[in-house]
Amino acid sequence: MDILIYGMVNSFSLALMAIGFTLVYGISRLPNFAHGALYVVTGFLVWSFLNILKIHYIFAILLGLLIMGLIGAFIYRFILIRVRGMATSEIIATYALGLAVLEFLRWKGFKGMTYTLPVFIEGSVSIGGTPVDLQRLIVIGIGIIVVAFMWLFTHFNKTGLALRGMAQDEHAAMMLGIDSDWMAVIAMAMGSILAGLSAIVLLPLGNIVVETGYNVLILSIAVCIVGGLGSWVGAILAAFMIGFIQIITVAYIQSHFHMVVALLAIIITLILRPSGLFGRQKELEERV
Amino acid sequence: MDKNRVTPERRKERLDRGIKVRTEGIYAIASWEEISYLVLPRLLLIVGLLLLPLLMPSLYWKRVISIVSIYALLALGFDFLAHFVGLVSLGGAFFVGTGGYIAAILNKAFGLSPTFTIPMATLAGAAICTLLLLPALPLRGVYFAIVTLMYPLVLARIIEALNILGGTDGILGVAGFPSRWIEQYLILLIIILALFGLRRLVNEDIGLVFRGVKDNDQAVRASGLSITFYKAIAVFIASGLGSLGGAYLSHIYMWSGISQFALDFSIIPIAATVIGGGGTLVGPLLGCFILVPVSELLRAFGTLRIVFYSLILMLFIMFRSEGIMVYAQRKYHQFERWVKV
Repeated sequence: MDILIYGMVNSFSLALMAIGFTLVYGISRLPNFAHGALYVVTGFLVWSFLNILKIHYIFAILLGLLIMGLIGAFIYRFILIRVRGMATSEIIATYALGLAVLEFLRWKGFKGMTYTLPVFIEGSVSIGGTPVDLQRLIVIGIGIIVVAFMWLFTHFNKTGLALRGMAQDEHAAMMLGIDSDWMAVIAMAMGSILAGLSAIVLLPLGNIVVETGYNVLILSIAVCIVGGLGSWVGAILAAFMIGFIQIITVAYIQSHFHMVVALLAIIITLILRPSGLFGRQKELEERV
Repeated sequence: MDKNRVTPERRKERLDRGIKVRTEGIYAIASWEEISYLVLPRLLLIVGLLLLPLLMPSLYWKRVISIVSIYALLALGFDFLAHFVGLVSLGGAFFVGTGGYIAAILNKAFGLSPTFTIPMATLAGAAICTLLLLPALPLRGVYFAIVTLMYPLVLARIIEALNILGGTDGILGVAGFPSRWIEQYLILLIIILALFGLRRLVNEDIGLVFRGVKDNDQAVRASGLSITFYKAIAVFIASGLGSLGGAYLSHIYMWSGISQFALDFSIIPIAATVIGGGGTLVGPLLGCFILVPVSELLRAFGTLRIVFYSLILMLFIMFRSEGIMVYAQRKYHQFERWVKV
């Protein structure tokens, strides 16, 4: 029962982290190595709104998400647009950006126990004899909402459909009058908002530390690769696989192997099924 | 009117110097002047490198030379992989860490001297890195970058968590070099060899295949060559350079630990390559000789240094992506003049 519940929580956390990364990569083929940095930045933004500007928690969250969206759009509009299409430069630019942000925060001394976000609702309930605090249930709830929203958005909304069109065939989409750069801006903005959202939901469970930035990046990449880069259904399924395996490893072997699971998942996927569980769409492009 | 502006009336014309025949690297030489024109820059580099240890004022700065050289090895490897084979490696630290730990273990457990541990660590490190990176090699796209990014982070954490290989303390008491002069001249000779060796290599037949892998892998495959095999060779060479640097580092500091998996080793070579000029192989070397001393000066700022590099790196990649050496080579090899349109 423990494993089932915490596995669910962990899986939804992973799905939340990864969905922003996979959105950006799937649509504009931009590997956003700054994803982890965006996650941590949201945490600190909301923390400082709460504790320095003394804004109400809900407004702090909304403001934080808004700013993340702007930051995402800004990153694409002013940085990535210059290196678009040059794979090497894209990787290096986003990686450098992420490093700069994370190491700056580390230098500023954002580490340790001092930085925590409050949980949304205090308290815990008992499910089948296992106590679960409400924040963890909220993670599951928001995970479901985000997944459902993404599905609806990309199937029944014009912008969402345009995004999907870009993901499937950029040239055809451009011929139909979809602006590639504008779509990429939207994708980056949404990706950053999703990174921020996952940070806001997940960070109350622990402290805000710079290290999380790297972990989040690794985990979301792992989820995306196992699910197939750019495939959302795959990403969610992969989140469940990795999530449960992680919890099982922690329960039966040792908690240190938490990250090793992610790495092994990537390696095994690359060996057995390089395009991931659901990466059929781009299979031919990526496999030489 | 601005003197250097291109207007609708005029544009800049670039002409190659007369001794260049048809393509890069083939010259028709007719006089001592022309020989010196070609030899001078190379000689300047070699002599300059060899004189450096003599010119450095303090022991501290002599140590910096060795550190610069280790970074230079990494940067050479990065440039080679990125611009000649098309693989972006974000994990120079992975190569350094592997080489460093192997050298330290060989030295401590078997009592081998640096004469043996460094070559052995180079080969073993290269083999291990290539083996571990093998799954990502048959694939195009960002997979290689992702996997190289993850290894150093995860390996450092495994060592820390399991408390193996000395845990957070690292492996202490690794043998040092017999003298400072050997330490510096050996590594300087190694980087000169590596630089000219790689330059030769990329112009050999195998170098053509490497470039084919980068530009049009289907054509390479159509020629009956295995892309994975050639990528593996390239990764072996580059990770060998990195492991060599790592092994050297262990012996210089007489210590090997998880800080060898630190981000510095991943980001500085990339920044040096971008600043120095990717695809020239000399550029990364130059970039290291600019960046690493600056980094030593900024040591007091801690991780702010990484911020500083990352920002420089980003700005360069956005606005001046050609780098210093490409620019310098253009100025050196070509005449420029204004012509009326």
